[in-house]
Amino acid sequence: MQRCAACGRLRFPPGYLCRECHGADSDWVEVSGRGTIASFTVMHRAPTPAYAARAPYVLALVDLQEGPRMMANVIGEDALQAAIGDPVEVVFEARGEDGFKLPQFRRAAR
Amino acid sequence: MSPHPLRNKAIIAGVGESEIGKVPHMTGLGLNAQAARRALDDAGIAMDEVDGLLTAYSLSEPYPMLGSVLAEYLGLRPRYGASIITGGATPAVMLSHAAQAVATGQAEVVLVTAGENRATGLSRDRAVQALSAFGHPYFEDPYGPHIPGFYAMIARRYMHDYGVAREDLARVSVQTRAHACRHPNAHMRVPITIEDVLRSKPIAEPLNLLDCCLISDAAGAFVVTSAERAGDLKAKPAYLLGAGEMHTHEHILAAPSLIEFGAKQSAEQAYRMAGLGPGDVDFAELYDCFSVVPIIEAEEVGLAAPGEGAALWRDGRAALEGTLPINTHGGMLSHAHAGAAGGLFGIVEAVRQLRGAEGERQVKRHEVALVHNEGGILSSHATVILGNQPV
Repeated sequence: MQRCAACGRLRFPPGYLCRECHGADSDWVEVSGRGTIASFTVMHRAPTPAYAARAPYVLALVDLQEGPRMMANVIGEDALQAAIGDPVEVVFEARGEDGFKLPQFRRAAR
Repeated sequence: MSPHPLRNKAIIAGVGESEIGKVPHMTGLGLNAQAARRALDDAGIAMDEVDGLLTAYSLSEPYPMLGSVLAEYLGLRPRYGASIITGGATPAVMLSHAAQAVATGQAEVVLVTAGENRATGLSRDRAVQALSAFGHPYFEDPYGPHIPGFYAMIARRYMHDYGVAREDLARVSVQTRAHACRHPNAHMRVPITIEDVLRSKPIAEPLNLLDCCLISDAAGAFVVTSAERAGDLKAKPAYLLGAGEMHTHEHILAAPSLIEFGAKQSAEQAYRMAGLGPGDVDFAELYDCFSVVPIIEAEEVGLAAPGEGAALWRDGRAALEGTLPINTHGGMLSHAHAGAAGGLFGIVEAVRQLRGAEGERQVKRHEVALVHNEGGILSSHATVILGNQPV
Protein backbone atom coordinates (compact mmCIF):
# COMPACT_ATOMS: atom_id res chain seq x y z
CA MET A 1 0.00 0.00 0.00
CA GLN A 2 1.00 3.56 -0.60
CA ARG A 3 2.19 5.36 2.54
CA CYS A 4 2.37 9.13 2.99
CA ALA A 5 5.97 10.22 3.51
CA ALA A 6 4.84 13.25 5.50
CA CYS A 7 2.35 11.84 8.02
CA GLY A 8 2.84 8.09 7.64
CA ARG A 9 -0.82 7.31 6.96
CA LEU A 10 -1.62 4.63 4.42
CA ARG A 11 -3.29 6.02 1.31
CA PHE A 12 -6.08 3.94 -0.23
CA PRO A 13 -7.13 4.20 -2.97
CA PRO A 14 -3.67 5.36 -4.03
CA GLY A 15 -3.37 8.89 -5.37
CA TYR A 16 -1.22 11.95 -5.92
CA LEU A 17 -1.63 13.38 -2.46
CA CYS A 18 -2.52 12.39 1.08
CA ARG A 19 -6.20 12.98 1.86
CA GLU A 20 -5.34 13.73 5.49
CA CYS A 21 -2.25 15.98 5.41
CA HIS A 22 -2.19 16.70 1.66
CA GLY A 23 1.49 15.89 1.34
CA ALA A 24 2.46 14.54 -2.08
CA ASP A 25 5.44 12.29 -1.30
CA SER A 26 4.95 8.62 -0.64
CA ASP A 27 6.51 5.20 -0.59
CA TRP A 28 5.06 1.67 -0.70
CA VAL A 29 4.85 -0.79 2.18
CA GLU A 30 3.63 -4.35 2.55
CA VAL A 31 0.55 -4.85 4.72
CA SER A 32 -0.60 -7.94 6.62
CA GLY A 33 -3.59 -8.78 4.43
CA ARG A 34 -5.61 -9.27 7.61
CA GLY A 35 -8.66 -7.36 8.63
CA THR A 36 -12.24 -7.51 9.81
CA ILE A 37 -15.58 -7.17 8.05
CA ALA A 38 -16.98 -3.67 8.62
CA SER A 39 -20.15 -4.54 6.72
CA PHE A 40 -21.31 -6.80 3.93
CA THR A 41 -24.23 -7.81 1.78
CA VAL A 42 -25.22 -10.94 -0.03
CA MET A 43 -25.75 -9.88 -3.63
CA HIS A 44 -28.70 -11.63 -5.27
CA ARG A 45 -29.19 -9.31 -8.25
CA ALA A 46 -25.87 -8.89 -10.09
CA PRO A 47 -25.03 -5.60 -11.82
CA THR A 48 -24.19 -7.19 -15.16
CA PRO A 49 -24.62 -10.61 -16.76
CA ALA A 50 -20.91 -11.28 -16.13
CA TYR A 51 -21.52 -11.37 -12.38
CA ALA A 52 -24.87 -13.16 -12.50
CA ALA A 53 -23.24 -16.60 -12.55
CA ARG A 54 -21.55 -15.82 -9.21
CA ALA A 55 -24.77 -14.82 -7.41
CA PRO A 56 -25.45 -15.07 -4.57
CA TYR A 57 -22.07 -13.63 -3.63
CA VAL A 58 -20.76 -11.63 -0.70
CA LEU A 59 -19.77 -8.01 -1.19
CA ALA A 60 -17.94 -6.60 1.81
CA LEU A 61 -16.08 -3.65 3.24
CA VAL A 62 -12.96 -4.87 5.03
CA ASP A 63 -11.02 -2.81 7.56
CA LEU A 64 -7.37 -3.79 7.31
CA GLN A 65 -5.43 -4.10 10.56
CA GLU A 66 -3.26 -1.24 9.32
CA GLY A 67 -6.28 1.06 8.91
CA PRO A 68 -7.47 1.41 5.30
CA ARG A 69 -10.90 0.17 4.28
CA MET A 70 -11.15 -1.95 1.12
CA MET A 71 -14.02 -3.37 -0.85
CA ALA A 72 -13.82 -7.02 -1.85
CA ASN A 73 -15.80 -10.19 -2.09
CA VAL A 74 -15.65 -12.64 0.76
CA ILE A 75 -14.99 -15.92 -1.04
CA GLY A 76 -14.65 -19.52 0.03
CA GLU A 77 -17.09 -22.26 0.98
CA ASP A 78 -18.28 -20.51 4.14
CA ALA A 79 -18.53 -17.04 2.59
CA LEU A 80 -22.32 -16.89 3.00
CA GLN A 81 -21.88 -17.25 6.78
CA ALA A 82 -20.02 -13.91 6.87
CA ALA A 83 -20.87 -11.55 9.74
CA ILE A 84 -19.85 -8.05 10.78
CA GLY A 85 -16.65 -8.24 12.84
CA ASP A 86 -15.47 -11.50 11.29
CA PRO A 87 -11.68 -11.69 10.85
CA VAL A 88 -10.67 -12.18 7.22
CA GLU A 89 -7.43 -12.66 5.32
CA VAL A 90 -6.48 -11.76 1.79
CA VAL A 91 -6.36 -14.25 -1.07
CA PHE A 92 -5.52 -13.38 -4.64
CA GLU A 93 -8.03 -14.45 -7.26
CA ALA A 94 -6.91 -14.88 -10.85
CA ARG A 95 -9.01 -12.84 -13.29
CA GLY A 96 -8.77 -12.86 -17.06
CA GLU A 97 -6.12 -14.30 -19.35
CA ASP A 98 -3.17 -12.03 -18.65
CA GLY A 99 -2.29 -13.14 -15.13
CA PHE A 100 -4.10 -10.32 -13.32
CA LYS A 101 -4.82 -11.10 -9.68
CA LEU A 102 -7.54 -9.43 -7.66
CA PRO A 103 -7.25 -9.13 -3.88
CA GLN A 104 -10.17 -10.93 -2.23
CA PHE A 105 -10.81 -12.05 1.35
CA ARG A 106 -11.80 -15.29 3.03
CA ARG A 107 -12.97 -15.81 6.57
CA ALA A 108 -10.10 -16.53 8.97
CA ALA A 109 -9.99 -18.20 12.36
CA ARG A 110 -10.83 -15.86 15.23
CA MET B 1 -25.29 37.75 15.07
CA SER B 2 -26.93 39.28 12.01
CA PRO B 3 -29.37 37.13 10.03
CA HIS B 4 -28.02 35.08 7.16
CA PRO B 5 -27.98 37.27 4.02
CA LEU B 6 -29.96 34.72 2.00
CA ARG B 7 -32.72 34.04 4.56
CA ASN B 8 -36.20 35.03 3.26
CA LYS B 9 -34.69 36.50 0.07
CA ALA B 10 -35.90 33.94 -2.48
CA ILE B 11 -39.20 32.19 -3.05
CA ILE B 12 -40.36 29.19 -4.99
CA ALA B 13 -43.10 30.73 -7.08
CA GLY B 14 -44.32 27.65 -8.90
CA VAL B 15 -43.87 23.90 -9.10
CA GLY B 16 -44.64 21.27 -11.71
CA GLU B 17 -44.47 17.57 -12.40
CA SER B 18 -44.42 15.85 -15.77
CA GLU B 19 -46.43 12.75 -16.52
CA ILE B 20 -44.94 10.04 -14.31
CA GLY B 21 -44.53 6.30 -14.69
CA LYS B 22 -43.92 4.69 -18.05
CA VAL B 23 -44.17 7.50 -20.58
CA PRO B 24 -42.71 5.99 -23.74
CA HIS B 25 -44.16 8.69 -26.01
CA MET B 26 -41.94 11.38 -24.46
CA THR B 27 -38.20 12.01 -24.39
CA GLY B 28 -36.39 13.07 -21.27
CA LEU B 29 -36.10 16.60 -22.63
CA GLY B 30 -39.81 16.56 -23.34
CA LEU B 31 -40.58 15.52 -19.77
CA ASN B 32 -38.43 18.40 -18.49
CA ALA B 33 -40.21 20.82 -20.79
CA GLN B 34 -43.62 19.59 -19.64
CA ALA B 35 -42.66 19.98 -15.97
CA ALA B 36 -41.20 23.43 -16.71
CA ARG B 37 -44.33 24.56 -18.54
CA ARG B 38 -46.50 23.39 -15.64
CA ALA B 39 -44.27 25.07 -13.03
CA LEU B 40 -44.38 28.39 -14.88
CA ASP B 41 -48.15 28.14 -15.35
CA ASP B 42 -48.47 27.39 -11.64
CA ALA B 43 -46.49 30.55 -10.85
CA GLY B 44 -48.25 32.67 -13.42
CA ILE B 45 -44.90 33.60 -14.93
CA ALA B 46 -44.35 33.62 -18.69
CA MET B 47 -41.60 31.52 -20.25
CA ASP B 48 -39.99 34.64 -21.70
CA GLU B 49 -39.49 36.05 -18.20
CA VAL B 50 -37.08 33.20 -17.43
CA ASP B 51 -33.50 34.46 -17.51
CA GLY B 52 -31.86 31.70 -15.48
CA LEU B 53 -31.87 27.95 -16.08
CA LEU B 54 -30.42 25.26 -13.86
CA THR B 55 -30.65 21.58 -14.55
CA ALA B 56 -28.91 18.39 -13.53
CA TYR B 57 -27.87 15.39 -15.62
CA SER B 58 -29.42 12.45 -17.44
CA LEU B 59 -28.21 8.87 -17.68
CA SER B 60 -30.69 8.01 -20.42
CA GLU B 61 -29.90 11.10 -22.54
CA PRO B 62 -26.30 11.75 -21.48
CA TYR B 63 -25.66 15.11 -23.16
CA PRO B 64 -22.35 16.53 -21.93
CA MET B 65 -23.93 20.03 -21.91
CA LEU B 66 -27.43 19.20 -20.72
CA GLY B 67 -28.13 22.74 -19.49
CA SER B 68 -27.38 24.24 -22.87
CA VAL B 69 -29.30 21.51 -24.66
CA LEU B 70 -32.33 22.07 -22.46
CA ALA B 71 -32.17 25.86 -22.98
CA GLU B 72 -32.08 25.23 -26.72
CA TYR B 73 -35.02 22.80 -26.46
CA LEU B 74 -37.07 25.26 -24.40
CA GLY B 75 -36.22 28.20 -26.65
CA LEU B 76 -34.51 30.04 -23.80
CA ARG B 77 -31.38 32.18 -23.85
CA PRO B 78 -30.62 32.46 -20.14
CA ARG B 79 -28.03 34.89 -18.78
CA TYR B 80 -27.48 32.53 -15.86
CA GLY B 81 -27.20 28.78 -16.48
CA ALA B 82 -25.50 25.53 -15.54
CA SER B 83 -25.85 21.81 -15.17
CA ILE B 84 -25.12 20.81 -11.61
CA ILE B 85 -24.09 17.27 -10.73
CA THR B 86 -24.12 16.24 -7.11
CA GLY B 87 -26.23 13.16 -7.71
CA GLY B 88 -29.48 13.05 -5.79
CA ALA B 89 -28.43 16.13 -3.82
CA THR B 90 -28.59 18.23 -6.98
CA PRO B 91 -32.13 19.69 -6.66
CA ALA B 92 -31.58 21.21 -3.21
CA VAL B 93 -28.16 22.43 -4.35
CA MET B 94 -29.82 23.99 -7.42
CA LEU B 95 -32.39 25.71 -5.20
CA SER B 96 -29.59 27.20 -3.16
CA HIS B 97 -27.75 28.40 -6.28
CA ALA B 98 -30.96 29.81 -7.77
CA ALA B 99 -31.66 31.70 -4.56
CA GLN B 100 -28.14 33.15 -4.61
CA ALA B 101 -28.66 34.22 -8.22
CA VAL B 102 -31.96 36.03 -7.62
CA ALA B 103 -30.70 37.58 -4.37
CA THR B 104 -27.64 39.03 -6.09
CA GLY B 105 -29.38 40.11 -9.28
CA GLN B 106 -27.63 37.61 -11.53
CA ALA B 107 -31.09 36.51 -12.64
CA GLU B 108 -34.68 37.54 -12.02
CA VAL B 109 -36.44 34.25 -12.65
CA VAL B 110 -34.56 30.96 -12.43
CA LEU B 111 -36.19 27.84 -13.82
CA VAL B 112 -34.90 24.64 -12.20
CA THR B 113 -35.68 21.27 -13.77
CA ALA B 114 -34.50 17.68 -13.49
CA GLY B 115 -35.62 14.32 -14.73
CA GLU B 116 -35.27 11.76 -17.44
CA ASN B 117 -37.01 8.89 -19.20
CA ARG B 118 -35.21 6.32 -17.10
CA ALA B 119 -37.97 3.70 -17.24
CA THR B 120 -38.45 3.48 -20.99
CA GLY B 121 -35.39 5.32 -22.38
CA LEU B 122 -33.04 2.65 -21.00
CA SER B 123 -33.43 -1.10 -20.94
CA ARG B 124 -33.47 -2.56 -17.43
CA ASP B 125 -30.01 -4.07 -17.94
CA ARG B 126 -28.64 -0.80 -19.31
CA ALA B 127 -30.15 1.11 -16.40
CA VAL B 128 -28.54 -1.28 -13.92
CA GLN B 129 -25.26 -0.99 -15.83
CA ALA B 130 -25.39 2.82 -15.93
CA LEU B 131 -26.06 2.93 -12.20
CA SER B 132 -23.15 0.57 -11.60
CA ALA B 133 -20.87 3.31 -12.93
CA PHE B 134 -21.15 4.99 -9.54
CA GLY B 135 -18.65 2.51 -8.08
CA HIS B 136 -14.92 3.14 -8.02
CA PRO B 137 -13.68 1.84 -11.38
CA TYR B 138 -10.61 0.07 -9.95
CA PHE B 139 -11.30 -0.62 -6.29
CA GLU B 140 -15.05 -1.30 -6.19
CA ASP B 141 -16.38 -2.28 -9.62
CA PRO B 142 -14.28 -5.46 -10.01
CA TYR B 143 -16.23 -6.93 -7.07
CA GLY B 144 -19.62 -6.76 -8.80
CA PRO B 145 -21.37 -4.11 -6.71
CA HIS B 146 -24.30 -1.89 -7.55
CA ILE B 147 -26.00 0.98 -5.77
CA PRO B 148 -28.48 -1.20 -3.84
CA GLY B 149 -25.48 -3.29 -2.75
CA PHE B 150 -23.68 -0.24 -1.37
CA TYR B 151 -26.77 0.86 0.53
CA ALA B 152 -27.35 -2.70 1.71
CA MET B 153 -23.99 -2.57 3.48
CA ILE B 154 -25.05 0.68 5.17
CA ALA B 155 -28.40 -0.89 6.13
CA ARG B 156 -26.67 -3.97 7.54
CA ARG B 157 -24.27 -1.94 9.64
CA TYR B 158 -27.05 0.37 10.87
CA MET B 159 -29.22 -2.60 11.91
CA HIS B 160 -26.20 -4.25 13.57
CA ASP B 161 -25.11 -1.21 15.58
CA TYR B 162 -28.58 -0.11 16.71
CA GLY B 163 -30.42 -3.43 16.88
CA VAL B 164 -32.98 -2.28 14.33
CA ALA B 165 -35.34 -4.95 12.96
CA ARG B 166 -35.81 -5.85 9.31
CA GLU B 167 -39.51 -5.01 9.67
CA ASP B 168 -38.58 -1.46 10.68
CA LEU B 169 -37.12 -0.91 7.22
CA ALA B 170 -40.10 -2.51 5.51
CA ARG B 171 -42.50 -0.28 7.43
CA VAL B 172 -41.00 2.79 5.71
CA SER B 173 -41.86 1.36 2.29
CA VAL B 174 -45.38 0.49 3.44
CA GLN B 175 -46.12 3.92 4.93
CA THR B 176 -44.62 5.73 1.97
CA ARG B 177 -46.80 3.72 -0.41
CA ALA B 178 -49.87 4.64 1.62
CA HIS B 179 -49.01 8.30 0.98
CA ALA B 180 -48.52 7.68 -2.74
CA CYS B 181 -52.00 6.15 -2.85
CA ARG B 182 -53.34 9.64 -2.09
CA HIS B 183 -51.26 11.35 -4.80
CA PRO B 184 -52.97 11.59 -8.19
CA ASN B 185 -49.69 11.52 -10.14
CA ALA B 186 -47.72 8.88 -8.18
CA HIS B 187 -46.13 6.02 -10.10
CA MET B 188 -47.22 3.28 -7.65
CA ARG B 189 -50.64 3.50 -6.04
CA VAL B 190 -51.44 -0.03 -4.90
CA PRO B 191 -51.16 -0.47 -1.11
CA ILE B 192 -48.50 -2.88 0.18
CA THR B 193 -47.92 -4.68 3.47
CA ILE B 194 -44.82 -5.51 5.49
CA GLU B 195 -45.26 -9.11 4.30
CA ASP B 196 -45.19 -7.90 0.68
CA VAL B 197 -41.88 -6.13 1.31
CA LEU B 198 -40.33 -9.10 3.11
CA ARG B 199 -41.47 -11.47 0.35
CA SER B 200 -40.41 -9.28 -2.58
CA LYS B 201 -37.42 -10.31 -4.65
CA PRO B 202 -34.11 -10.14 -2.73
CA ILE B 203 -31.73 -7.63 -4.33
CA ALA B 204 -28.86 -7.26 -1.86
CA GLU B 205 -29.47 -8.45 1.69
CA PRO B 206 -31.15 -7.05 3.71
CA LEU B 207 -32.79 -5.03 0.91
CA ASN B 208 -35.56 -6.51 -1.23
CA LEU B 209 -37.13 -5.02 -4.32
CA LEU B 210 -39.78 -3.11 -2.32
CA ASP B 211 -37.04 -1.51 -0.20
CA CYS B 212 -35.66 0.07 -3.38
CA CYS B 213 -36.83 3.21 -5.14
CA LEU B 214 -38.63 3.06 -8.45
CA ILE B 215 -37.26 3.55 -11.92
CA SER B 216 -39.62 6.03 -13.56
CA ASP B 217 -40.00 8.32 -16.50
CA ALA B 218 -40.44 11.61 -14.72
CA ALA B 219 -39.33 15.22 -14.49
CA GLY B 220 -39.99 17.96 -12.01
CA ALA B 221 -39.48 21.69 -12.07
CA PHE B 222 -39.72 24.74 -9.86
CA VAL B 223 -39.42 28.48 -10.41
CA VAL B 224 -37.29 30.65 -8.12
CA THR B 225 -37.59 34.40 -7.95
CA SER B 226 -37.05 37.24 -5.52
CA ALA B 227 -39.22 37.44 -2.41
CA GLU B 228 -40.05 40.99 -3.48
CA ARG B 229 -42.39 39.44 -6.07
CA ALA B 230 -44.24 37.32 -3.49
CA GLY B 231 -47.36 39.47 -3.60
CA ASP B 232 -48.01 39.46 -7.34
CA LEU B 233 -47.90 35.76 -8.18
CA LYS B 234 -50.68 33.34 -9.02
CA ALA B 235 -49.77 30.79 -6.34
CA LYS B 236 -48.82 31.11 -2.68
CA PRO B 237 -45.03 31.38 -2.51
CA ALA B 238 -42.72 29.17 -0.44
CA TYR B 239 -39.86 31.06 1.18
CA LEU B 240 -36.36 29.66 1.31
CA LEU B 241 -35.55 30.00 4.99
CA GLY B 242 -32.43 27.88 5.22
CA ALA B 243 -30.03 25.87 3.10
CA GLY B 244 -26.94 23.81 3.83
CA GLU B 245 -24.68 21.27 2.16
CA MET B 246 -22.01 18.76 3.08
CA HIS B 247 -19.98 16.64 0.70
CA THR B 248 -17.88 13.99 2.44
CA HIS B 249 -16.95 11.41 -0.23
CA GLU B 250 -18.30 9.73 -3.32
CA HIS B 251 -17.31 6.07 -3.07
CA ILE B 252 -18.48 4.13 -0.05
CA LEU B 253 -14.99 2.73 0.52
CA ALA B 254 -13.89 6.33 1.23
CA ALA B 255 -16.86 7.25 3.45
CA PRO B 256 -15.60 8.70 6.75
CA SER B 257 -18.06 6.44 8.59
CA LEU B 258 -20.67 3.80 7.80
CA ILE B 259 -23.07 5.10 10.44
CA GLU B 260 -22.54 8.88 10.45
CA PHE B 261 -22.96 10.90 7.27
CA GLY B 262 -22.97 14.51 6.14
CA ALA B 263 -26.71 15.10 6.54
CA LYS B 264 -26.06 16.27 10.10
CA GLN B 265 -23.75 19.13 9.15
CA SER B 266 -25.86 19.94 6.10
CA ALA B 267 -28.99 20.29 8.23
CA GLU B 268 -27.16 22.22 10.96
CA GLN B 269 -26.21 24.87 8.42
CA ALA B 270 -29.78 25.05 7.12
CA TYR B 271 -31.18 25.43 10.64
CA ARG B 272 -28.60 28.11 11.44
CA MET B 273 -29.44 30.07 8.29
CA ALA B 274 -33.16 29.85 9.08
CA GLY B 275 -32.75 30.57 12.78
CA LEU B 276 -34.86 27.48 13.43
CA GLY B 277 -34.34 24.03 14.91
CA PRO B 278 -35.71 20.51 14.42
CA GLY B 279 -38.59 21.26 16.78
CA ASP B 280 -39.90 23.89 14.34
CA VAL B 281 -40.25 21.41 11.46
CA ASP B 282 -43.89 20.55 10.70
CA PHE B 283 -43.21 17.90 8.06
CA ALA B 284 -40.24 16.55 6.13
CA GLU B 285 -39.43 15.22 2.68
CA LEU B 286 -36.39 12.96 3.11
CA TYR B 287 -34.48 11.33 0.27
CA ASP B 288 -35.60 7.70 0.20
CA CYS B 289 -33.68 5.85 -2.48
CA PHE B 290 -33.82 2.86 -0.10
CA SER B 291 -36.06 2.18 2.90
CA VAL B 292 -33.23 2.55 5.42
CA VAL B 293 -32.14 5.97 4.16
CA PRO B 294 -34.93 8.22 5.51
CA ILE B 295 -34.53 6.51 8.90
CA ILE B 296 -30.86 7.49 9.01
CA GLU B 297 -31.56 10.96 7.65
CA ALA B 298 -34.34 11.63 10.15
CA GLU B 299 -31.77 11.03 12.87
CA GLU B 300 -29.06 13.10 11.25
CA VAL B 301 -31.28 16.12 10.62
CA GLY B 302 -32.33 16.02 14.27
CA LEU B 303 -35.89 14.71 13.95
CA ALA B 304 -35.01 11.59 15.99
CA ALA B 305 -32.24 10.51 18.34
CA PRO B 306 -29.48 8.23 16.95
CA GLY B 307 -30.87 4.72 16.53
CA GLU B 308 -34.44 5.94 17.13
CA GLY B 309 -35.42 6.98 13.60
CA ALA B 310 -37.47 3.88 12.84
CA ALA B 311 -39.81 4.72 15.74
CA LEU B 312 -41.18 7.64 13.68
CA TRP B 313 -42.74 5.09 11.35
CA ARG B 314 -43.42 2.41 13.99
CA ASP B 315 -45.58 4.68 16.15
CA GLY B 316 -47.29 6.51 13.29
CA ARG B 317 -45.65 9.93 13.66
CA ALA B 318 -44.39 9.82 10.05
CA ALA B 319 -47.88 9.18 8.65
CA LEU B 320 -49.87 11.96 6.96
CA GLU B 321 -52.08 12.14 10.08
CA GLY B 322 -49.09 11.93 12.42
CA THR B 323 -47.25 14.67 14.26
CA LEU B 324 -44.29 14.67 11.84
CA PRO B 325 -45.44 13.50 8.40
CA ILE B 326 -42.56 12.28 6.22
CA ASN B 327 -42.52 11.81 2.45
CA THR B 328 -46.08 12.93 2.06
CA HIS B 329 -46.15 12.42 -1.73
CA GLY B 330 -44.88 8.86 -1.61
CA GLY B 331 -41.20 9.58 -2.00
CA MET B 332 -38.90 7.90 -4.45
CA LEU B 333 -40.07 4.55 -3.12
CA SER B 334 -43.58 5.06 -4.55
CA HIS B 335 -44.12 8.47 -6.19
CA ALA B 336 -41.25 8.59 -8.70
CA HIS B 337 -37.55 8.27 -9.16
CA ALA B 338 -35.82 9.41 -12.32
CA GLY B 339 -32.29 10.62 -11.65
CA ALA B 340 -32.16 14.00 -10.00
CA ALA B 341 -35.94 14.37 -10.26
CA GLY B 342 -36.35 12.08 -7.24
CA GLY B 343 -35.24 14.65 -4.72
CA LEU B 344 -36.78 17.50 -6.70
CA PHE B 345 -40.24 16.02 -6.12
CA GLY B 346 -39.59 16.40 -2.39
CA ILE B 347 -39.23 20.14 -2.98
CA VAL B 348 -42.34 20.21 -5.21
CA GLU B 349 -44.34 18.39 -2.54
CA ALA B 350 -43.07 20.61 0.27
CA VAL B 351 -44.21 23.70 -1.64
CA ARG B 352 -47.64 22.20 -2.27
CA GLN B 353 -48.11 21.14 1.35
CA LEU B 354 -47.01 24.59 2.56
CA ARG B 355 -49.79 26.12 0.47
CA GLY B 356 -52.25 23.96 2.38
CA ALA B 357 -54.53 22.78 -0.42
CA GLU B 358 -53.63 19.13 -0.98
CA GLY B 359 -57.02 17.75 0.02
CA GLU B 360 -56.92 14.20 1.40
CA ARG B 361 -53.10 14.34 1.37
CA GLN B 362 -52.84 17.67 3.19
CA VAL B 363 -50.86 17.64 6.44
CA LYS B 364 -52.36 19.52 9.39
CA ARG B 365 -49.43 21.73 10.35
CA HIS B 366 -47.78 23.25 7.29
CA GLU B 367 -45.75 26.31 8.16
CA VAL B 368 -42.21 24.90 8.01
CA ALA B 369 -40.93 22.06 5.84
CA LEU B 370 -37.52 20.40 5.78
CA VAL B 371 -36.34 18.75 2.57
CA HIS B 372 -33.21 16.67 2.52
CA ASN B 373 -31.58 15.47 -0.70
CA GLU B 374 -28.56 13.21 -0.87
CA GLY B 375 -26.46 11.89 -3.70
CA GLY B 376 -24.06 9.04 -4.27
CA ILE B 377 -23.81 6.68 -1.33
CA LEU B 378 -24.93 9.15 1.33
CA SER B 379 -22.03 11.16 -0.11
CA SER B 380 -23.36 14.59 -1.05
CA HIS B 381 -25.98 16.20 1.14
CA ALA B 382 -28.17 19.25 0.73
CA THR B 383 -30.89 20.39 3.11
CA VAL B 384 -33.41 23.16 2.57
CA ILE B 385 -35.93 24.59 4.99
CA LEU B 386 -38.98 26.18 3.40
CA GLY B 387 -41.74 28.21 4.98
CA ASN B 388 -45.16 29.53 3.97
CA GLN B 389 -44.04 32.91 5.29
CA PRO B 390 -40.74 34.63 6.06
CA VAL B 391 -39.11 34.06 9.46
